[in-house]
Amino acid sequence: MSADLHLTDEQIEVILSDLIEHYGYDFTNYSAASLKRRIQRLLTLDKVVSFAEFRHRIQHDAEYFKRFVEQITVNVTEMFRDAHFYRTLREEVIPELATRPLIRIWHAGCSTGEEVYSMAILLQEANLLQKSLLYATDINPAVLEKVRLGMFPMSQMKQYSENYIHSGGRHDFSKYYIAQYDTAKFDESFKSRIILATHNLVSDNSFNEFQLILCRNVMIYFDKALQDRALELFDNSLEKLGFLALGSKETLKFSSVSARYKQLENKEKIWRKMS
Amino acid sequence: MQPDFKIVLIGGSAGSLSRVLRLLPHLTKKLNITVVLIFHRKEDEDSVLHDVLADKSGFAVKEVEDKDPIQRHHIYIAPADYHLLLEKDLTFSLDMSEKINFSRPSIDVTFESAADAFGKSVAGLLLSGANADGVTGLQLIQRRGGKIIVQDPRSAEVPYMPQQAIDKLTIDLMLTEFNTEEFLALITQ
Repeated sequence: MSADLHLTDEQIEVILSDLIEHYGYDFTNYSAASLKRRIQRLLTLDKVVSFAEFRHRIQHDAEYFKRFVEQITVNVTEMFRDAHFYRTLREEVIPELATRPLIRIWHAGCSTGEEVYSMAILLQEANLLQKSLLYATDINPAVLEKVRLGMFPMSQMKQYSENYIHSGGRHDFSKYYIAQYDTAKFDESFKSRIILATHNLVSDNSFNEFQLILCRNVMIYFDKALQDRALELFDNSLEKLGFLALGSKETLKFSSVSARYKQLENKEKIWRKMS
Repeated sequence: MQPDFKIVLIGGSAGSLSRVLRLLPHLTKKLNITVVLIFHRKEDEDSVLHDVLADKSGFAVKEVEDKDPIQRHHIYIAPADYHLLLEKDLTFSLDMSEKINFSRPSIDVTFESAADAFGKSVAGLLLSGANADGVTGLQLIQRRGGKIIVQDPRSAEVPYMPQQAIDKLTIDLMLTEFNTEEFLALITQ
């Protein structure tokens, strides 16, 4: 790390308790090493020279607090990331949802929305989009604005198109967006099925019942206790026989809810709620 | 929580697998260590890497999943497309944030988090590779009291990475084809 200023663990604890006190945001159960790295990265980016200066800004500058949340949370995501995962959604999960009169899906920690639009495309191709609602939530309001716009960098489209084909997509991927200079603007029909809200997995509660919840590569930033809290929240928000999808290196095993869930046969990180 | 074994971190990219494979037969349960491998590579090579390593060593080989405990006598592999960090409670955590040194996993990220969490219980070995990832991490390992070793650039398929470390740092040992015993003594010291 190139920053001259390196915070001690104790200083980080001070910052974290300031955040609770001043803004009601609790990061104390985030994975410590990863959180420390993110904070250290912010110090470098903003050329912060002293702990006192950093602390003062966080305490008294609400705009800087917004920046803190935006920079501390990780917003790296892709469309159709892990193509085999999307193939399983397409072939095994969506057919199970098809019989429902209304399909409710929750993208928890949706970031800039690439996965939400990927899901909308899958539903469209199964002729289910019109009876589906995709709830997209994130702790960070700035990313939700990006989901609402439905615009992604044109430079990514080649990769996304390849991912889409590997996931079993049979169409020309470019039919789903309009190229505008360096951005790809996704079809308005997707947007009308997406509901956006800020939601903090640390402190907020269940707000609806879903048939499918996706939370991929979000809980890797949480410690074990907070992971359990989030999983119980998902459990309370999932219908019986509903599906819970996690990231490719995450597991429900060893968690407090695992006894009620069964992983899909093909070992994708998708579990079904059995009771 | 300090581990009651040493944590040996091995980082490499292009051309470093063969060097690890020559080292593995020397890793026996007499050594009070565990090993963490950070390799730059493509995702679709994961299962191959796992099988090749499992074949050569007496240690259990595991590609890390989020929050796996760090235990003695294992070879842990950083999964492709994630950064791998070591937590003070002796677990791993994964991180999907931006690439560092054009790499994810980044060797620096793992080296730095291990040095920060476990200080002198850590040793870092940097192998063949084409960029400077790992050099900053080695520096922090050394500052926190751990040992740092690099592959002899003359025997590396791509010497740039170990040469960078030699140019910038005072290393504890240069690993050649002939001083494996010295290397094992150093990392368990």
